[in-house]
Amino acid sequence: MEPLALLPEALLLGGALAALLAGSFLPRERQWVARLVAAAALLASSVASAVALAGPARTVFEGTYAVDTATGAARLVVALATLLVLGLGVDELAGDRQESEAYCLLLLSALGAVVVAGADDLLVLAVGFLLASIPLYALVGLARTPAAAEAALKTYLLGALFGITMLLGVTVLYGATGTTSYALLGERLPGAPDAAVALGAVAVVGGLMFKAGGVPGHFWVPDAAQGAGVAAAAFATTVPKVGALVAVLRLVDVLAPVAGVRLLVGLLAAAGMVLGNLAALGQTDPRRLLGWSTVAQVGYLLVPVAVVGRSDLAVPSLLLYLAAYAVTNLAAFAVVAALPARRDLAAYRGLAGARPGLAAALLVALLGLLGTPPTAVFAGKLTTATAAWDGGEPWLAVVVVVTTLLSLGYHLRWFVPAYRAGEPPERADRGAFVPRPRAAAAAAVAAVASVALGVAAGLAWAVADGPLVR
Amino acid sequence: MLSVLVVLPLVAAAVLAAAPALPDRAARRGWVAVSGVEVALVAALWLGYEDPGPRRLAHEEQVPWIPGVGSSYHVGVDGLSLPLLALTCVVFAACAVHALREERRPRVQAALMLFLQATCLGVFAAQDLVLFFVFFDLSIVGMDFLIAGWGHGDAARSALKFFLYTFLGSLALLLGFIGLYAASEPRTFDMVALAQDPPLQDEPLVGGLVLAALLVGLAVKTPTFPFHTWLPPAHTDAPAVGSAVLAGVLLKMGTYGFVRIAMPMLPAAWRDWAWVVVAVGVVSVLHGALVALAQTDLKRMVAYTSVNHMGYVVLAVGAAGVVAGSDAEAREVAVTGAVVQMVSHGLITGALFLLAGTLHDRAGTYDLDAYGGLGTVAPRFAVLLSVGAFASLGLPGFSGFIAEFQVFAGSVATVPWTAVALLGILVTAALFLRALQRLLVGEVRGRSAGFRDLRPSEVWSVAPLLLLALVLGIVPRPLLDVVEPAAGAVVGLVGR
Repeated sequence: MEPLALLPEALLLGGALAALLAGSFLPRERQWVARLVAAAALLASSVASAVALAGPARTVFEGTYAVDTATGAARLVVALATLLVLGLGVDELAGDRQESEAYCLLLLSALGAVVVAGADDLLVLAVGFLLASIPLYALVGLARTPAAAEAALKTYLLGALFGITMLLGVTVLYGATGTTSYALLGERLPGAPDAAVALGAVAVVGGLMFKAGGVPGHFWVPDAAQGAGVAAAAFATTVPKVGALVAVLRLVDVLAPVAGVRLLVGLLAAAGMVLGNLAALGQTDPRRLLGWSTVAQVGYLLVPVAVVGRSDLAVPSLLLYLAAYAVTNLAAFAVVAALPARRDLAAYRGLAGARPGLAAALLVALLGLLGTPPTAVFAGKLTTATAAWDGGEPWLAVVVVVTTLLSLGYHLRWFVPAYRAGEPPERADRGAFVPRPRAAAAAAVAAVASVALGVAAGLAWAVADGPLVR
Repeated sequence: MLSVLVVLPLVAAAVLAAAPALPDRAARRGWVAVSGVEVALVAALWLGYEDPGPRRLAHEEQVPWIPGVGSSYHVGVDGLSLPLLALTCVVFAACAVHALREERRPRVQAALMLFLQATCLGVFAAQDLVLFFVFFDLSIVGMDFLIAGWGHGDAARSALKFFLYTFLGSLALLLGFIGLYAASEPRTFDMVALAQDPPLQDEPLVGGLVLAALLVGLAVKTPTFPFHTWLPPAHTDAPAVGSAVLAGVLLKMGTYGFVRIAMPMLPAAWRDWAWVVVAVGVVSVLHGALVALAQTDLKRMVAYTSVNHMGYVVLAVGAAGVVAGSDAEAREVAVTGAVVQMVSHGLITGALFLLAGTLHDRAGTYDLDAYGGLGTVAPRFAVLLSVGAFASLGLPGFSGFIAEFQVFAGSVATVPWTAVALLGILVTAALFLRALQRLLVGEVRGRSAGFRDLRPSEVWSVAPLLLLALVLGIVPRPLLDVVEPAAGAVVGLVGR
């Protein structure tokens, strides 16, 4: 019954096609049916993923696809994160000419992210990369503004470049070892020519950095976050990362014997943390700021990847951080989506007096991204830094802490004006802030989930603590 | 019981925050009621406390939290934490009474203060490094909002400075915690286990680096020279209750960290670097006293005396690490003095900051030269301020004398040259007497004209704190009985 092992993926694909078909036959103002179909598919997929998580870890389809804890966590996080994107994007997408197409693209790109996460074979990885990327280009360009067009072009060009780089790496690795399967790669690496293997490893890991939106494949992220529609921006900065980071985790687990792979990942992590935070410091547009902040977050997420296999904490801490990052980042984007006209940090001045609930969601999201306890990202940062030190790379833990201090600057610049109004808040004008209702609700849900996941980090850890299968 | 003590203010804060329709009066009274219940709870804890013996805890509770990284919800009390828990409840209760006159968003302020109280109690009750850090960091967020939302002057800037500095300190602390975890065997964040079997005992380099991270974090919080520059602006611009809590309770988190975390968990490194701690303590004592002498602003003056008073604590814990050629008894006296000083300073400085708040409330300035002859206009204020000042300069009969006597008896016996810090006491006496003279005696002039004397709520918030300082100064035994065994245990741990 191998096909049943891919039920969560099949549900995403079915949902995407059903949404597209439904959209073709619906009048423009009744596209909510397509929305319902997409949401149902995502829900069903997350339930199926949760059920599969309880099952045994194994590989399916001749060892090309892993069904283990990491894949299960990625499936669950991707499905639920996409559902949140749907929630925060409804106000923007409802009644749009291409509403149902947007849902279809979201689901297809989500499916691609899941396939990338589960791939246990270089060729499946390559296919997943394309499946995740191509709908993403369309999503970024969906908004039909000059900024969106530019962002889509930038994303596409970088995606093409890094995709080709990755395929080159796959080719070289295949040439050097005669196999694309991770299990056999692991066996044959010691006998393969070092230079070729190193080149292949660098090219594949580097190619995946585009999907992760991490240094050096990050140039599209701030533009996409700023220029695309807010739902597309939220999706593009969250969901592809989940797949890409689990994929890098599996690759590094296999390629660790190759000299320098761990160091490469460690350096990419450090570069992301430093560059992303420094670049975010100077931003004034909240969306672009969030874009750079996600570049920095990829750096944090790569920290445990550098020590996979050396510390037992690496895999569960990465999965916990991924879930935490997804929900917290989406909470911040949901606040942005609720107040779409405010494209400047100063425009948030007095939000706390007018809309205490929304301001609280923003506060939780920003303090969360910073890593303030007891939010989920704190648990993630703590466990990943601990894993790095535990795995013999204490310098990475130091970089995590120092760059967190850097990031304090821009998080404060955003929520401080929101909480420090010039006038007493009793007189703050509620009419000055009229949030989009469903995005505000999504912000509340995500903020609560971000704290709840932090408090229940032990439970999440127990779920995420499983071996990687090859 | 201990968890109830920590969680009750949190629940009350959530209720207050979620009830926008609640009238102000009810919010103020609710806060007083909850803080009263907290005092009763901590009194019950104290009465039910029996010395658990070295490296054991009373009222212990443990629930798994993130077992994968060896972290649990683990709380408990011993002779080091119980006095500070009691101090926290008392100081917050005094603030609740003081704030009965608060006009600016009293409901939100009460919620914030209750939240802050829960975080402070959590820090002193925590027996797990991650849990400690969670509460430690949240206390910073709460205090930041209190300064920014209810402060005056350049409050936003001071709050930001406070946040940046103390957050930096907390991150250094976190790095140290991770280092302790990574070196422990089996891996754990549990404080009791780490003190039982200290990691890095024979790795002076790594041990020294981990200790350095911890020391930076704790020194920022305490604060000691040269990490104290965030303190005066934070105090100057904070509201009275904020200042009282900041000086009375939050500063103790740093010094508590020395005796609870740094000394027991890194004894070898502590012994190696004890002289640095002693030196920093001495410099803090003298620098704090001399800079306080130069202040013309009452609140800044009291803030710098905090640097001076906390310096005595640092000096004492440093001396306790100088093991060569000293006897354990002297070091035990020094550590006992350090803990008593934490409690004493919390009571007295809390009272002084509440009184300073009255000045700003009546006349909008803390400038000593703007007043004169307050003694005739506001006798109640004058009496309480004088009592507070004399208590703070270490007059025998008050708790400060007991604490400082023990600190010096223990430290000088261990490291003779620390006697130089006695000059700090002299300078402090001079500056307090000079401040009293400027404010209270002479002609009624400047802002003193029409100065309204203390209201009942202000008297009833300040007087109990000073009364407690007096009681502890005359009958210190109950407190010492609790502290001494724990101090002995710490000295034993450092000596390993």
